[in-house]
Amino acid sequence: MKPTDTSNPEYFHKVVDCQWGCPAHTDVPEYIRLIAQGRFDDAYMVNRESNVFPAILGRVCDRPCEPACRRGRMDEKPVAICRLKRVAADHRGDITDRLPVAPTEKNGKKIALVGAGPASLTVANDLMPLGYECTIFEAQSVAGGLMRYNIPAFRLPIEVLNEEIDYILDMGVEIHYNHRVESMKELLDQGYDAVFVGSGAPRGKELKLPGRYDTENIHIGIDWLESVAFEHIDSIGKRVLIVGVGNTAMDCCRTSLRLGATDVKVMARKPREFFKASVWELEDAEEENVEIVVNHSPKEFVVEEGKLKGMTFELMEYVIENGRILDQDVTGEVFIPCDDVVLAIGQENAFPWIERDLGIEFNPWEEPMVDEVTYEATRKGVFFGGDSAFGPKNIIWAVEHAHQAAISIHRHCHGEPLEDRLPDRMNLQTRKMGMHEWSYSNSFDPAARRKMMHVPLEVRFTELGKEVELGFDAEQTAKEVERCLNCDIQTVFTDSLCIECDACLDICPTQCLTITSNGEREDLVQRLMAPVLEHEQPLFVSHELKQTSRVMVKDENFCIHCGLCAERCPTAAWDMQKSLLEFPQAVDYVRGNESGKRPCQQRKAG
Amino acid sequence: MTYARPRIDLPGQKTNEIGLALHDYEGSLSTLCAGCGHDSITAALVQALWEMSIAPEKLIKMSGIGCSSKTPAYFVHGAHGFNSVHGRMPSVATGALAGNRALIGIGVSGDGDSLSIGFGQFGHVIRRNVNMLYLIENNGVYGLTKGQFSASADAGSTSKRGEVNQMQNINAVATAISMGASFVGRSFSGDREQLVPLIKAAIAHPGCAVLDVISPCVTFNDHQGSTKSYAYVREHRHKAMETDLISPRAEIKASYYAGDTHPVRLHDGSTILLRKVDPDYDPTRRNNALGFLERHRSRGEIVTGLLYIDQNVTDMHTQSRTVRTPLKDLEFERLNPGSEALEKLQLGMK
Repeated sequence: MKPTDTSNPEYFHKVVDCQWGCPAHTDVPEYIRLIAQGRFDDAYMVNRESNVFPAILGRVCDRPCEPACRRGRMDEKPVAICRLKRVAADHRGDITDRLPVAPTEKNGKKIALVGAGPASLTVANDLMPLGYECTIFEAQSVAGGLMRYNIPAFRLPIEVLNEEIDYILDMGVEIHYNHRVESMKELLDQGYDAVFVGSGAPRGKELKLPGRYDTENIHIGIDWLESVAFEHIDSIGKRVLIVGVGNTAMDCCRTSLRLGATDVKVMARKPREFFKASVWELEDAEEENVEIVVNHSPKEFVVEEGKLKGMTFELMEYVIENGRILDQDVTGEVFIPCDDVVLAIGQENAFPWIERDLGIEFNPWEEPMVDEVTYEATRKGVFFGGDSAFGPKNIIWAVEHAHQAAISIHRHCHGEPLEDRLPDRMNLQTRKMGMHEWSYSNSFDPAARRKMMHVPLEVRFTELGKEVELGFDAEQTAKEVERCLNCDIQTVFTDSLCIECDACLDICPTQCLTITSNGEREDLVQRLMAPVLEHEQPLFVSHELKQTSRVMVKDENFCIHCGLCAERCPTAAWDMQKSLLEFPQAVDYVRGNESGKRPCQQRKAG
Repeated sequence: MTYARPRIDLPGQKTNEIGLALHDYEGSLSTLCAGCGHDSITAALVQALWEMSIAPEKLIKMSGIGCSSKTPAYFVHGAHGFNSVHGRMPSVATGALAGNRALIGIGVSGDGDSLSIGFGQFGHVIRRNVNMLYLIENNGVYGLTKGQFSASADAGSTSKRGEVNQMQNINAVATAISMGASFVGRSFSGDREQLVPLIKAAIAHPGCAVLDVISPCVTFNDHQGSTKSYAYVREHRHKAMETDLISPRAEIKASYYAGDTHPVRLHDGSTILLRKVDPDYDPTRRNNALGFLERHRSRGEIVTGLLYIDQNVTDMHTQSRTVRTPLKDLEFERLNPGSEALEKLQLGMK
């Protein structure tokens, strides 16, 4: 195999599984270490630099980092990254003086942003400090988008939401509430230098079965949640069926319980392994005694004299092999009585307000054609981000889209090519302090994942906005931070120093190192000390070692970054070095600011 | 901030025939210098004992004094052990194995412990052919006293400060062969592939198996003038023999016989396969072996591999016609037949 090029930031980035898994590349191990040191302000700012909404995401993030976490491969449960993010947010002091500020002198460029959801807010967050004048048009009377009216307040309290949105709006963003943009043409005619569409995927999918329009007790999930959020709806029948089993369905069933329902069933067409909802959201719903019914495919709404009586379902049976459904069969039919039905079977973006003769092209599914790197539409100066760009994803994806779109908007406004992007950068810095001393907690803690404590069931339903999760206490936090393996403290190898004494191989508690003769990958992996279990994980191969021309090979999969290889290396051929990855944002593209520090980046490493 | 080696049982971890993981054959964390050859030998012992599925309680580890003699603490923490005075490991080993012949004995010694202070004892444990692995971790210096030449330092090699060694060295391998050893090998701590099978063969051999393992001292003897540095040994090594140990249950595959390969069947039914790398070498003839060693020594080469094996030398228990049962398992009446029996015995000698 060819020697691994560790100067390419991608290699070490991939080793930090959580950061690699996060669309916004939040430096997770770094902020976990800061939390461990009690530096909550610093931890919050590290988060905010990439994900903009740490307190919000610390509660409701989709957590792509957690399934990626190395700890999950070693002892089943990943580090509770999301919970720790919330710890940083909950315990931070006043950080307002560390937030980016907009200059009083503007650069004369005006940007229109459609919808005040996470995507538009992030664009404003990135562009306001550069002197742009951002104007948001929001159909509702408040900002936040789906974060406000699709996520119930018992998961995300209003005050938390308001605070982080205000950080951005307080930079002087002009926002027009109750202003639904009805015509893209009109908006374009107003002479903005760029238009960003962050209007989300606001249309809930329909289930056109017999009886659908014969009653008023069938609701579209996201619209219904919105009405609850704006207090237009404050009750529901005793028996409720939720159709669909995604995260919106989980919010719908739990909201129903808070509006007076006592018997709530979530109806799933497929078996549990095919559910779209996150495992933890399913668990939280089941804890509240929501029944999740599998293999029931909706057939008909039963309505008698304008009154909903229930639904009939077909009972399904599936032939499943290797996680794929090969065949299905209807084995019978069942009637389930109910008073209300909430449909939560997905949502889509919809653009009835964009005229089709403006040069903004749509694909046959009525989705806008958006460049996956620049987020520009087929019309120059028009950008999409968040759910409106590629359909429903989640908040953290919307934030990342917006960071990229903000770069494009900046380039567009300065007449520079959008495709030319700055490369990702990486700094490596040793963590050696002295004999047996590393400036990070390198000992392996076998503790199991801490469990989030919840408000007791009897208290939970007393008011709609009562937050269910209590957050980690001091003891839980102290334990959980130690579960992090510090994957960003990289094992850096200098082949010219190696004397092939095998000390690192012998000390490695997971046998991830091998010195052997080089060969093709298939051949090489046969000779490793421990079998390769995850072929997706990177394999480090050094240059030829000088004494025997063999190579040092490291299977990154189970490295616990304990530093013992560096500890036992007599020549310091191994060293433990923090990889600080830098992903360019709009501010990095400002002329004369190439090496300039971002406001958020003025931090000491943890 | 801590310096401890965690035990991590990973998914898919392999176990041996008696259900133990490699971790179960480890000991305390080494306190030797980082990069010490002795630690590699420890790792090779761990590997070999695990592969042979030796139950920890069936093993006794013995040593004298020195860096080398610290190493029994670093493998198989469930085994028996005895850390004796300097150079006296062979006496303790002889006693222990005389008392309990069912134990598998491993004595770990160094060049100082065996070739200086314990030189006399070294000769006699070979002469008695005590059934054990006698492993010399040979680095050519007194590491614990800051790097003076040891008895195995080659004449003409230099100390770390540049001083030239004037005295001739004692060659552990040649000494052992000439004293009538039944199994003698040499290896290098930096070659796990050679060392592990050699250790396994030495443990399986029913007699005193002497292994001289060149084990560089990174702190005092890994410099340019040294003849026991990692670089020097790698450059001047001459592999005479490759070894495989085939357990009694395993099938001997035809592919093992590639080239000039000789099987040596041991009394326990296992087989040592010797694959000659050097065709003009016969490890079963003492004069040939000694001559071969001398020829290569004069060229400055370090010969490694299983260098001498003689299956016909009887071991201590056979020589002394001792009881087959380990003494601990004898009923008290047989072990101690009483004063009457003693009297009878003494009368017979009159």
